[in-house]
Amino acid sequence: MSPGPSDKPTSVDKLKSVAYPLVTLVVLIMLWDTAIRVFKVPNFIMPTPYAVLEALQRGYIEGLFWKHFFFTLQSMVFGYVLGCTLAFLLGCIFAESRTVERMFLPFVVALQSMPKVALAPLIIVWFGFGLESKIVMVALVCFFPMFINTAVGLKQTSPALLDLMNAFSASRWHILTRIKIPSAAGHIFAGLQIAIVLGLIGAVVAEFVSSTRGLGHLISAAAVNLETNTMFAALISLAVLGVAGSLAIRFLHSRIVFWDKGSATQTATTE
Amino acid sequence: MALLRAENLAVTYSSSRGPVKALENLSATLGQGEFLSVLGPSGCGKSTLLKVVAGLLKPSSGSVMLGGAPITGPRPDVGIVFQQPTLLPWQSALDNVLLPVRTLGHDLAAGREKAIALLKLVGLEKFASHYPSELSGGMQQRVGIARGLVHDPALLLMDEPFAALDAMTREHMMMELQRIWMAAGKSILFITHSIPEAVFLSDRIVVLSERPGRTIREVEIDLPRPRTLATMAEKRFSERCNELRALFSELVSFA
Repeated sequence: MSPGPSDKPTSVDKLKSVAYPLVTLVVLIMLWDTAIRVFKVPNFIMPTPYAVLEALQRGYIEGLFWKHFFFTLQSMVFGYVLGCTLAFLLGCIFAESRTVERMFLPFVVALQSMPKVALAPLIIVWFGFGLESKIVMVALVCFFPMFINTAVGLKQTSPALLDLMNAFSASRWHILTRIKIPSAAGHIFAGLQIAIVLGLIGAVVAEFVSSTRGLGHLISAAAVNLETNTMFAALISLAVLGVAGSLAIRFLHSRIVFWDKGSATQTATTE
Repeated sequence: MALLRAENLAVTYSSSRGPVKALENLSATLGQGEFLSVLGPSGCGKSTLLKVVAGLLKPSSGSVMLGGAPITGPRPDVGIVFQQPTLLPWQSALDNVLLPVRTLGHDLAAGREKAIALLKLVGLEKFASHYPSELSGGMQQRVGIARGLVHDPALLLMDEPFAALDAMTREHMMMELQRIWMAAGKSILFITHSIPEAVFLSDRIVVLSERPGRTIREVEIDLPRPRTLATMAEKRFSERCNELRALFSELVSFA
């Protein structure tokens, strides 16, 4: 079975997939600019695209934004890796042990249905105003989607495959690592994808609550002075972080789970 | 001496609607090198029988002896092929065939040699590095058969292995299986609900009743081997099929 001609995007298709959103972007920016000029919107309510560009230039070329950018990036990366790793390991234990599941499931459900951002002030109290509290917050919000997806994915391994492995006297460890985890890879990557988006939310919320650094801090500090152009510049930076993270996970997904092309595109984002 | 002997086998499942008898009072034997089919209407407990022999399911009463010892769990001298190929999509055909070698902790180098020889036997030596998604349904099932044989089991269990294939591939696979069986010299326990398939392949057929499955007839098929597509056109062949068909219409009439 070789893929048909319709499966492979042609160079024209590729060009279109880049060009069309660019056209939309240019039109939106023009509309934005025109609206501000026509309705004479003051700069402290809505900045012009040019003012935002200026703020970005000031921030990244003169270098004022970098420490905020790296602070958020750092809390994001450490928190994400910590939260997702713990969630993966605990997800495996939950899926493998009925006893553990029975003992802890009600509490997991209760914790899951609580808005994690409500814990931000408490986490600041426990872990301080610095990077640690941001990392913990990110890890906490990343944890649940990854945990649930891992546990659910592992439990959905085909029963026929498990019968087969048992008939061939496979050990439990062999079945978990060589069969269940690869089978659940699509679910696990969907969890990783959702966690990227939620993790960024967690980082920004923690910075809102109390921080001296970070893009979230930059936004709340700029709001005090009504510097909307700085706020927009920080928002764009956050969007770039989020998109870059999502693309990185999608790339890893299509590379690692090469046998399941369908699952790479069905990354549902909730919340 | 029989390789496999099932005596007064009974299996009762508990379900939400109460206990369900899947098998009752089933007795059968399978000789060394014999091709035995278990034929029965769908839902008669054929697959249950296979799971018991594979050591995946404990019988409620009765016993199954393999090579003189009772079956208490999965055994390394039994190979299994399911209705679906059940291959690992992330592994090549060769690695899929090697799966039992890995799970049983056998020597991998020797296993690889054996696996390549088996891929050759099932006509897939050129596809060893292909992934399952690059193989047709019939090819996938042949990889499954090679996997069932790679650890050199005394007994190969096959659970309706051709049921999911189209009619043409199916006939081709019947010929292939006969060739593989004659070349490999294994005992095969073959579960099917297809009368022509059973008659074409088997030395002997055990006919099961509807659920709960009991042995109601054993039929010896003495057509000369190797059987070919021409065999299926012979009068002897259709007579055998008709006898079995008549048996089933009797069965269904009182259900």
